[in-house]
Amino acid sequence: MSDASLNNTSKTDLGRREFIGNGAKLAAGVSLAPGVMLYGVAHARPADQAVTDDVRWGMLIDTNKCAKGCDACVTGCQQENGWGPQSGNETKSNEYQAAQWIRKVDLRNTSTGSVHSLPMLCQHCEHPPCVDVCPTGASMKRADGIVLVDKHICIGCRYCMMACPYKARSFIHEPIVNPRTHAPRGMGTVESCTLCVHKLDAGEGTTACAEACNSAGHQAILVGDLKDPNSEIAKKVASVATTQVRADLGLNTGVRYRGI
Amino acid sequence: MKKTLFTQIEGGKGFYALLATLAAVILIGMFAVYQMEHNGHWITGMNNQIVWGMPHIFAIFLIVAASGALNVASIGSVFSKKIYKPLAPLSALLAIALLIGGLAILVLDLGRPDRLIIAMTYYNFKSIFAWNIILYNGFIALVAVYLWTMMEKRMNRYTTIAGYAAFIWRLILTTGTGSIFGFLVAREGYDAAIMAPMFILMSFSFGLAFFMLVLMKTYKWTGRPLGDVILRRLKNLLAIFVAGVLYFVVTMYITNLYATEHHGVVSFILRDGGIYPILMWGGYLLLGTLIPLALLFHPATAMCRKAMTAASWLVILGGFSLLYVIIIGGQAYPLNLFPGYEVISSFEGDVGSGFYAYTPTLNEILLGFAGIAIALAMTAVAVNALRFLPESLADEEVDPHAKG
Ligand code: SF4
Repeated sequence: MSDASLNNTSKTDLGRREFIGNGAKLAAGVSLAPGVMLYGVAHARPADQAVTDDVRWGMLIDTNKCAKGCDACVTGCQQENGWGPQSGNETKSNEYQAAQWIRKVDLRNTSTGSVHSLPMLCQHCEHPPCVDVCPTGASMKRADGIVLVDKHICIGCRYCMMACPYKARSFIHEPIVNPRTHAPRGMGTVESCTLCVHKLDAGEGTTACAEACNSAGHQAILVGDLKDPNSEIAKKVASVATTQVRADLGLNTGVRYRGI
Repeated sequence: MKKTLFTQIEGGKGFYALLATLAAVILIGMFAVYQMEHNGHWITGMNNQIVWGMPHIFAIFLIVAASGALNVASIGSVFSKKIYKPLAPLSALLAIALLIGGLAILVLDLGRPDRLIIAMTYYNFKSIFAWNIILYNGFIALVAVYLWTMMEKRMNRYTTIAGYAAFIWRLILTTGTGSIFGFLVAREGYDAAIMAPMFILMSFSFGLAFFMLVLMKTYKWTGRPLGDVILRRLKNLLAIFVAGVLYFVVTMYITNLYATEHHGVVSFILRDGGIYPILMWGGYLLLGTLIPLALLFHPATAMCRKAMTAASWLVILGGFSLLYVIIIGGQAYPLNLFPGYEVISSFEGDVGSGFYAYTPTLNEILLGFAGIAIALAMTAVAVNALRFLPESLADEEVDPHAKG
């Protein structure tokens, strides 16, 4: 199923799509550029400016380009956010206890036998189950679509981990040394992919995993604003068939896949 | 019907020995908590796949049993069955004590128990979990008021209304507890509307089994008479509740069998899942259901106190087995992220087509027992300090010919 049609089920995106759709109908044959001007946003968000829903950050993962056996995105994320073996952290936790913000999964199509490789991470849902269940509101979704855990309010009940359909969250099972300032990991709280919110807020427009994937020469991860029709990601999503994992749950994920 | 005389129990040697034992269990549990909070949860068997473990089984058992323990009082006040009225104060007391014991476990297992105040002040009203926090606090307050109306003569006329309020609240509370699991859309093991009513029946059964044990033991230890009339009523009720839980469990799995997409999880729980089928068939069905039913109904054992005690213990054991299967089994069954695909390899922490393993550690179990000990210690101190228990529950006292 194409993602453009899936998007139409989501209220937030609906107004915008409709607008563009109707606009396109009205001005048949005219490029979308004027619409883009209307919604153009400066990508670097000054610290004093509120996060707005003019933007919906998203990620498109092309499993045709993602290489089996490559885990550049995983190590890239580990270095950026201070988790994984290299960080010197979670030395006592076993493999099921240690953090896993992003993981590589290999799949085989049971009917065709085709093999696909892809990274799995927080899908930054528009309707995130983790946010719904969190008793304190520590799990939250920013207006621009990024799903985060407020490390200062999280009580470590792990209900969000029970609720997450993607097993994208980790609980910190032991004390953390030298956390990064932008990723204040702390024992007893839950964490997950932040979509490198610190990089996006700084106007870098990309994430550590995407950068690492590019450096490894695969270009499988594309990050951008799904609401900006002129962005590369929006154009791709509008033109090629993409999928949401467990689209049946109706969560309208911000992370989309191509090729599965 | 004679006026029931309520008195405190004596604080003799046996009483203090009991308190000392319970205190020791609590202390050991607190040491386990210290270990878990100091080192982190890596010293437990819980992990990022099995995020709720043994502490949650104890906690949910106690919370569920708490609302069930109130039943005896409810039958007395709400359904005006006079024979149960002398038991109402103990029933309400146990309800509060069990709930506090269960909540203590939940809180002490948090990653950040020191942030309890946040849990009490920041509410996400969309969260069924947050609603449960409100329901639990309300339950304690309401049952406390109910107790007060029973124990304070001037307030007696409000007992019925307080009893009604507590009864309705408890039904909502157990529904809320069941819904914690019912709402997890993505987890196949939990995706069932039947979860909430099943939890209500489970609370009736576990709560009454716990109540009967406490009642029989207390009357035995304090040498107070406890007649067959009241026990016959209670054990018949217990049998009905045990059968009721069985009905819901069977219904849940049969309806799941109609949905092809659930076949995997059902055969996992009932056949292939290793520990889970053992607990389901052996722990829950045989030990926790069929044998207690036989003990409670068979003419040879029906009125034997030892058999009643054994049946109550077995119902509790079966309850733990069932909750283990529901809570841990539901997490051990892998989420199906990619229908039509087979996961052939995955980096650590994701076992693909296999099942997630969980081995509880001693720390978790010690914390669970501490929760039970907290509930029992509270009960013991209360019946020693205040007049909770009738001097006598002998047959002529409870008057079998009174209506009800
Ligand atoms: S673990 Fe933290 S973020 Fe998750 S539901 Fe509990 S309080 Fe919320």
